[in-house]
Amino acid sequence: MAQADPSKNDGSLRTLRETVEDFLYQEAALLDSWRLDEWLGLFTADGRYVVPTTDLPDGDPQKHMVFIDDDMVRLRARVERLKSRHGHREYPSSRTRHFISNVRIQVEAGAIVATSSFLVYRFRMAESSPYVGWYEHRLKEVDGELKIRHKKAVLDMEALREHGAVSIIL
Amino acid sequence: MLDPKSLIIDNPQDGIFRVHRSAMTSSEVLRLEQERIFDKCWLYLCHESEVENPGDYRRRDVAGRPLFFMRGGDGKLRVFLNTCTHRGALICRHDQGTADVLQCFYHAWTFNNQGELVGVPDEAAYSSSFNRAEMGLKSPPRVDTYRGFVFVSFNPDVEDLIPYLAGAREYIDLVADQAEEGMRIVPGSNRYSIKANWKLLVENSLDGYHVKPTHKTYFEYVTGLGIKGTSGAVQSAFSLPSRVLGNGHAVEEHDGIRGRPIARWSPLFGDENKEVIAATRARLVRRFGAEKARHMADISRNLLVYPNLLIIDSIDITVRIFWPTAPDLMEVTAWQLAPKEEKPELLARRLDNFLTFHGPGGFATPDDVEAIESCQAGYRAEGVQWSELSRGMHREAIAEDERQLRAFWRQWFGHLSGLKRVETDDPVIGKREALAR
Repeated sequence: MAQADPSKNDGSLRTLRETVEDFLYQEAALLDSWRLDEWLGLFTADGRYVVPTTDLPDGDPQKHMVFIDDDMVRLRARVERLKSRHGHREYPSSRTRHFISNVRIQVEAGAIVATSSFLVYRFRMAESSPYVGWYEHRLKEVDGELKIRHKKAVLDMEALREHGAVSIIL
Repeated sequence: MLDPKSLIIDNPQDGIFRVHRSAMTSSEVLRLEQERIFDKCWLYLCHESEVENPGDYRRRDVAGRPLFFMRGGDGKLRVFLNTCTHRGALICRHDQGTADVLQCFYHAWTFNNQGELVGVPDEAAYSSSFNRAEMGLKSPPRVDTYRGFVFVSFNPDVEDLIPYLAGAREYIDLVADQAEEGMRIVPGSNRYSIKANWKLLVENSLDGYHVKPTHKTYFEYVTGLGIKGTSGAVQSAFSLPSRVLGNGHAVEEHDGIRGRPIARWSPLFGDENKEVIAATRARLVRRFGAEKARHMADISRNLLVYPNLLIIDSIDITVRIFWPTAPDLMEVTAWQLAPKEEKPELLARRLDNFLTFHGPGGFATPDDVEAIESCQAGYRAEGVQWSELSRGMHREAIAEDERQLRAFWRQWFGHLSGLKRVETDDPVIGKREALAR
């Protein structure tokens, strides 16, 4: 019976899947442990993080309302805010758990596009609120490491009903 | 039986105004609000640009009632109760769309886009008394539009919309006049709930006092983007006089130091938009004269159209409506309004400003949500019965004072008490100086 042998990594799709899934799980672990500066380090210098509104999942931030459209300047400011005692919605911080499944991977013109389903639970002040949806990660290899060029989190809920805000990073 | 008099202390002689916290926690109060405010007043439904073309429709609840609005083949916007005249099923089940006819899925009754009943399967099975012409979709008792803003009332005897709007009309004009080809709602909306009483969002939206302490991280962010002297400017921006507009309407105005898409440039709008904003400014002066242009372009404002419509005319134009579903829960929807002719680069900046401050994924609104949920949670302690809204009652009030909040509360009290008219402003009394600290 054939055994997977890491020393015989031939760049096959299975290996790519392992690499991408590990990357997504590592990202989730950084977010859930609030290691947000390390999380920022996963992005390329021209990285972007977008969350469309619940009623317009394919909204274009240039033309339509979206919840979040962060370039790296604003993403850094978002992280500073989340670490600050003046970011009141997340001070004290909530507990979160990011679940990722249904990962599908495509390679388009050298870029890796991973789509996946997510379930992010947020617990705080005796309340719990689940964010449900799907991710699109556009990944790029930089110096042998995967980096995020574009992360989009599309929500399936009809409204932020239990949540009141998108105060955590999805 | 609840006596509304037990809910407010309004004592101008001593400069004291307090609201009993049961006004935010009691289901009896909410029941009275439904009966005496939401069933009686004009209520915001939509902006006419949301259904631009014949057959366009959207559904939306107002005061707990399912409605939808549709532009008919004749070009007229109509508002319908979203219920089949046959046995009650929702007629409009998509959030939005375009249609020539709407068919009830239950028994296939069919209505055209002007609300007329045009198809009843096996109509011969009904007696001769059945009159199809009487069975068209029903509308709320009153529907009217002011400058593109569509309001409904479930009270057939409500006063006409324009006198109802009182002084708020002038401020709606300041918004509508910004467009040369008309305003439109930008696609996409923010829908979120807040676990707090709806009146706390009225207060928060008119409250200049909380801005500096609550939104520190937002101002740090915009200062970092190069809005020079912002922190100092924020100190003085909220010292403009507040205004009370009658019938519970009120406005909190402040110096638009962060810039305004119409038409005051700041770094938030990007170098690429300097010229287009200057050109808009010049046209504003030509269209309205220097004084009105200055008011439109230099000043930001949060306008309350009583009871629950907020038009936040600031670094963007946010239209926000919110409905109570329980004493401690409300559902909020917010949209962005922009001139139809706005250039794509400037629209992009407007939307960017919206999501940074006014959106629920931004750097300010989540903290407002947290603040008012925190108030609601604090009420459970019960031992403190009154909330204090006396700030500036003894002086010519500024935006940071609570005069505009008191105006809302006085109208609210008037409605709950069944009074025909109430004076909503602080009375001017002789001994103001004696009350100063």
